[in-house]
Amino acid sequence: MTSLTTTSALRRFGWAVLLWSLALLFLAPFAWMISTSLKRNIDVFDLPIQWIPDTFQWSNYAEVWTGEHSIARYFLNSVVVAAARVFGELLTASMAGYAFARLSFRGRDKVFLLYLATALIPFQLLLVPRFMYFQQLGIYDTLLALILPGMFTVIGTFLMRQYFTGLPPELREAARIDGASEWRIYWNVYLPLARPVLAALGILAFVWSWNDYESPLVLLTTDSNYTIPIGLTNFADESGGLSAGLAMAGSVSSLVPVILLFLLLQKRFIQALTRAGLK
Amino acid sequence: MAAAPAPATAAARRRDAPAPRAGRPGRPRRARHTDGTAGWWFIAPNLVGMLLFTLIPVVAAVLIAFTDWDVVSGLGGVRFTGLANFTELLSDDRFWHSFKLTGIYTGVSVPLSVLFGLGLAIALNRPVPGRAALRTIFFLPYIVNQVAIGMTWLLLLNPSSGMVNEVLRSVGIDDPPAWFASSDWALPAFMIMAVWGGVGYAAVIYLAALQDLPTDLYEAAAIDGAGPWRRFTTITWPALVPTTTFVFVTLVISVSQSFGLVVLITQGGPGDSTRVLPAFIYQSGFEYYRFGYASAAGLLTFVCVLVLTLSFWRFQKGRALYDD
Repeated sequence: MTSLTTTSALRRFGWAVLLWSLALLFLAPFAWMISTSLKRNIDVFDLPIQWIPDTFQWSNYAEVWTGEHSIARYFLNSVVVAAARVFGELLTASMAGYAFARLSFRGRDKVFLLYLATALIPFQLLLVPRFMYFQQLGIYDTLLALILPGMFTVIGTFLMRQYFTGLPPELREAARIDGASEWRIYWNVYLPLARPVLAALGILAFVWSWNDYESPLVLLTTDSNYTIPIGLTNFADESGGLSAGLAMAGSVSSLVPVILLFLLLQKRFIQALTRAGLK
Repeated sequence: MAAAPAPATAAARRRDAPAPRAGRPGRPRRARHTDGTAGWWFIAPNLVGMLLFTLIPVVAAVLIAFTDWDVVSGLGGVRFTGLANFTELLSDDRFWHSFKLTGIYTGVSVPLSVLFGLGLAIALNRPVPGRAALRTIFFLPYIVNQVAIGMTWLLLLNPSSGMVNEVLRSVGIDDPPAWFASSDWALPAFMIMAVWGGVGYAAVIYLAALQDLPTDLYEAAAIDGAGPWRRFTTITWPALVPTTTFVFVTLVISVSQSFGLVVLITQGGPGDSTRVLPAFIYQSGFEYYRFGYASAAGLLTFVCVLVLTLSFWRFQKGRALYDD
């Protein structure tokens, strides 16, 4: 009996060691990023790697935040875009999702089919027409070019519809008997019940917005309109190579909001991801 | 990431199942019951936004694909050229090369991500010290922006002084790959990054599905003498088919459509070795100003995505054990 428990304990220990070694391998790029962000450029490639620099080069962060290509402006732009997108997405997706799930109206199923089809449109098909069309609309090279398309998404509507479908329809009947308007039923009865999924969708929308690099690549040209990912590329093309310390200080700064939010709300985030695939 | 046609977890399906639909036939009234126009008002903001910012551009893309429009000449410079863009594409070796690269890049990195993700999820589904922390760590690469990731890997994979090659040299590989500087190794370098980013995503979704599985099935199977492998092939895997489809489709969509890292790191080079299809489209439009050509290539991609997604969906429909 003792030998049996020792082998299973050993095996369990082996698994743990294996998994944690793998985890360290996954973390290594992050550790390297942080370590490099605190080094002088000439020390970046010193060997053997010095994971903890002798002197912390905090001036990299000062340069990145207050220097010539200060990321403060990009950071602010990213916050504005993300906030507007999250707010718009939560409002329009919850309204549409509620209607698809709980109201019946002529043409509902056809419109929903249209939504399903839209979900399959590849992003690169939209690049060229959005670029030209947004110039006509006068929103090219403004933050609106990122905000407006991000406010109306199919996936958000799917998530909300699915959640509202699972809520009891009797709530609506009862509220109607009490004389509540359709809007009040949505706003005061169903929406408060949808808080968990609103939180989940909100995080998802925030992360997508914060990390979006390809849209601003096509739709923004003015430096002062840049969001974080595209702003970071300023550190990449100076003198043909990377100024590694600055690039990493900027990168670490760009990760902080997303990682903090994720650590706080990862359960909801993962729920949203797993629920995102619906019929 | 776009939505896929499969529910990711059993719980998601269960929630969907009992949904009573208002207005279904079977009511005593003959006319279909509707709530009037209220529904239209509720979907209006989202629908109008979708029309303005997605559907109109799609229609425009289709039209542009039949023109030789460059942006410089403005709206007056639109000239319809019929199928010229498409016939040129079909005989353009660079297009087919990009097509093939996308297939290889996606075809290698997605199955690897799914496979490792499944393994990781099964490992994490047992009691392990620090399980929650492990899950977070493996998932981290998925939530990081491409530019931060790209710059980091560019430095890590520096041929002469990067950390990766230093490690390779220290274990006796005297001539490690030149990664992004080599036309043979640049694409594998992108694959490594894609797998690093995709494994955690796959693992987290698999883990959620595994935790939804009923434990009594396993107990019954164990009593009947089924070993771990048999329990996996007869219980776990069939139950995970919808999840696999979901992970697979979402990863294929995101991996095959992203071009940010390529534009950032190699601009498609060295040579043409990393010019995947979306990068080809991006460069045709925004570097060579051939917008009609770019749109035609985008349209062809759309058709491929459509065919691929629909066939996966049908495959899943035929295979899922607990399909409803």
